[in-house]
Amino acid sequence: MKNTLRQVFRPGKFLAGFIIFAFILLLTVLYPLFNPGDPLAMIGLNNFTKPGTYVSVYDSLNVNRTFVFKLPDAAEKRIGSKLFPEDRETIKDYLTRLGLPEDSIDIDDTHDLMALWWNNYDPANQIGKTIAERRAYTALDNKLAGIFVSEDLEVLQYDPGTDEYVRKKMVTENDYVNVGDVANTIWLPLGTDNFGADMLKKLVSAIGTSLLIGLIAGVVATMIGLLLGLLAGYLGGIADDVIMFFTNLFTVIPGFILLILISYSIDQSRRGATTVAIVIGLTSWVWTTRSVRAQVISLRNRDHVNLSKLSGHSLPRIVVGDILPYIASYVVMAFILQISSAILAEAGLSMLGLGPKTTDTATLGLVMEWSIMKSAAHISGAWWAYYPVIIVIALISFSLNLMNTGLDQIFNPQLRD
Amino acid sequence: MSSEKRELCLSGSGVTKVFGFGDKKTVAVDHVDFDFYTGELISIVGESGSGKTTLVKMLLGLTGVTEGDISFMGQKRDIRTHRKKKEYWKGIQAIFQDPFSSFNIFHKIDSVLLDCINMRGGRRLPKETKIEMMTEACSFVNLKFEELTNKYPFELSGGQMQRLMIARIFLLKPKILLADEPTSMIDACSRATILDMLMDLRRETGMMIIFITHDIGLAYYVSDSVYIMERGRFVEYGSADEVILNPKAEYTKRLLTDVPKIHDPWEFSRNKRYDFRKPPEAADGK
Ligand SMILES: Nc1ncnc2c1ncn2[C@@H]1O[C@H](COP(=O)(O)OP(=O)(O)OP(=O)(O)O)[C@@H](O)[C@H]1O
Ligand SMILES: [Mg+2]
Repeated sequence: MKNTLRQVFRPGKFLAGFIIFAFILLLTVLYPLFNPGDPLAMIGLNNFTKPGTYVSVYDSLNVNRTFVFKLPDAAEKRIGSKLFPEDRETIKDYLTRLGLPEDSIDIDDTHDLMALWWNNYDPANQIGKTIAERRAYTALDNKLAGIFVSEDLEVLQYDPGTDEYVRKKMVTENDYVNVGDVANTIWLPLGTDNFGADMLKKLVSAIGTSLLIGLIAGVVATMIGLLLGLLAGYLGGIADDVIMFFTNLFTVIPGFILLILISYSIDQSRRGATTVAIVIGLTSWVWTTRSVRAQVISLRNRDHVNLSKLSGHSLPRIVVGDILPYIASYVVMAFILQISSAILAEAGLSMLGLGPKTTDTATLGLVMEWSIMKSAAHISGAWWAYYPVIIVIALISFSLNLMNTGLDQIFNPQLRD
Repeated sequence: MSSEKRELCLSGSGVTKVFGFGDKKTVAVDHVDFDFYTGELISIVGESGSGKTTLVKMLLGLTGVTEGDISFMGQKRDIRTHRKKKEYWKGIQAIFQDPFSSFNIFHKIDSVLLDCINMRGGRRLPKETKIEMMTEACSFVNLKFEELTNKYPFELSGGQMQRLMIARIFLLKPKILLADEPTSMIDACSRATILDMLMDLRRETGMMIIFITHDIGLAYYVSDSVYIMERGRFVEYGSADEVILNPKAEYTKRLLTDVPKIHDPWEFSRNKRYDFRKPPEAADGK
């Protein structure tokens, strides 16, 4: 067992293909665990939101304040906003009493106003008429000094369990807040699609569905192809003639055309992902049949088959024990190729609008179709809506094909060393 | 060759095999008649493509007979069902021309030998007995079972594979053995060993051997009767002395002129076909 595994992973090509494929597979399995929920749920109102981290502005407390981000002179403006008009009047009042010309004082220019105050205010020089006035000047001076000490801000998150706001983090006013500490942010690594659904989440779910489609179609096609090929090749005679008649019939009609016709004739509501997968499988067994048959014919007259017969083995045992192992590598390779071509076929069908007609699952083909639908992603420059899909489809095909080439050594003990 | 009490074992009349139809028609075996008696060693000699292997396959029941009848033990052969075939194959076995393609590369040597024990009804025997039987069979052909167990046939040399084939026959002990050029793919040294072993086996079990070869000198040395085959037909047959010392057909004479010295046993490697895939095996025969 250990040796077999070693044999399997020795060829570099197989290993490379396997790693890529395993990564994709792992992504489809693990990602939903970290990011559960409906992959098609619309999270934003905008089409094609750019990739990035977003903070929801909808369900935050309405604090009646506008935060303007990345403001120049942030400190000054912040102070300016804290200096109320009556404070400014008081400053002007004080300065005019000191004897400064009234028109040189602009109460709207915070910077100058503050500079004048600090240059001229003298706690010893109490020029107020009343005690109250004098106190007011002292208080104002204290306040102005305090403006430069930044306050702490609390980042709160509502906890529906206790119906309370829980403090997640304390930050000083003039500091940065970690996005992770802010409640209700959403990370959209690939932005959103034209429906406002999380593109990455949808893509991952689409990969899963497409792989399943590939698997089902591959199993159906390989099973039919293998069975018919074995029967035609081993039995020969009339069985061969009948099977080859149908095989030739299917060869003459291009598979994709047939696929389109069948898909078209199936009621839209019943055209789910599984149905499409089976239809793809039913139209792509021809080449497997032909080549399995050809190989079986050359094998059935070999002496090891004759020897097996002479040893009294039954027909099923000969087919399974003496024919199948010799073509197993081929069949597995054909199977892997069927998977990748089925994924491509689904993509093709979906682009024609004949793919799975479901609004609750995504497939790679459907994701492609949606991205070019009304608000064409490639026109609006939303690269994240179609490049990732294309890359994923290419990667799946590529990894499957790589694995294919490395497989021969595993199945043929004579090639092992 | 005394004619008293010779039991007819395998006979055929008008046996014909045609491959293909119309333009592509090949008559591989063309209306041959033969009578093979129990215990005899018969050689069928012919050039490459004369239809020897095809005849063997027909005799074995591995391929259909286009025309003609084959009788086994005095009765018309009936191998229409799997069970009857299996019964027939208990009595008739073969060694094929090319040892390299005779074994399933996915099955270990043990399973090849176990199949033979099972065929002889030994399925229920205790494991130790089976191993004992296999060890005996292997040592008969100078192989060590302990070294072969858990190995694949392709790990053996051509000569070893052919000896494994003989070990198989040793376990099966059939009435008739068809040896289809068993030595043509291996080197001269192992060739002698293989022939020796076949002769030993015959002495031990008294089986009939139908020996297929294109080497008329070899045929003369080993056989009782000789059938000369030319393009699907038997052009001459009779006892080895009759046919080879006193040939009548042109074809036989031509075959004979190619052989330098008939009377030197093991020297007639006219068509030495060395096996380039493996280095020649050291002579380790008896
Ligand atoms: N399955 C087949 N289909 C068509 N023709 C065949 C088939 N098997 C053999 N033949 C033809 O029958 C003829 C006899 O072949 P066969 O193998 O019996 O020759 P052979 O005497 O065994 O030759 P060799 O000494 O080379 O083994 C050849 O002409 C060959 O082309
Ligand atoms: Mg032959």
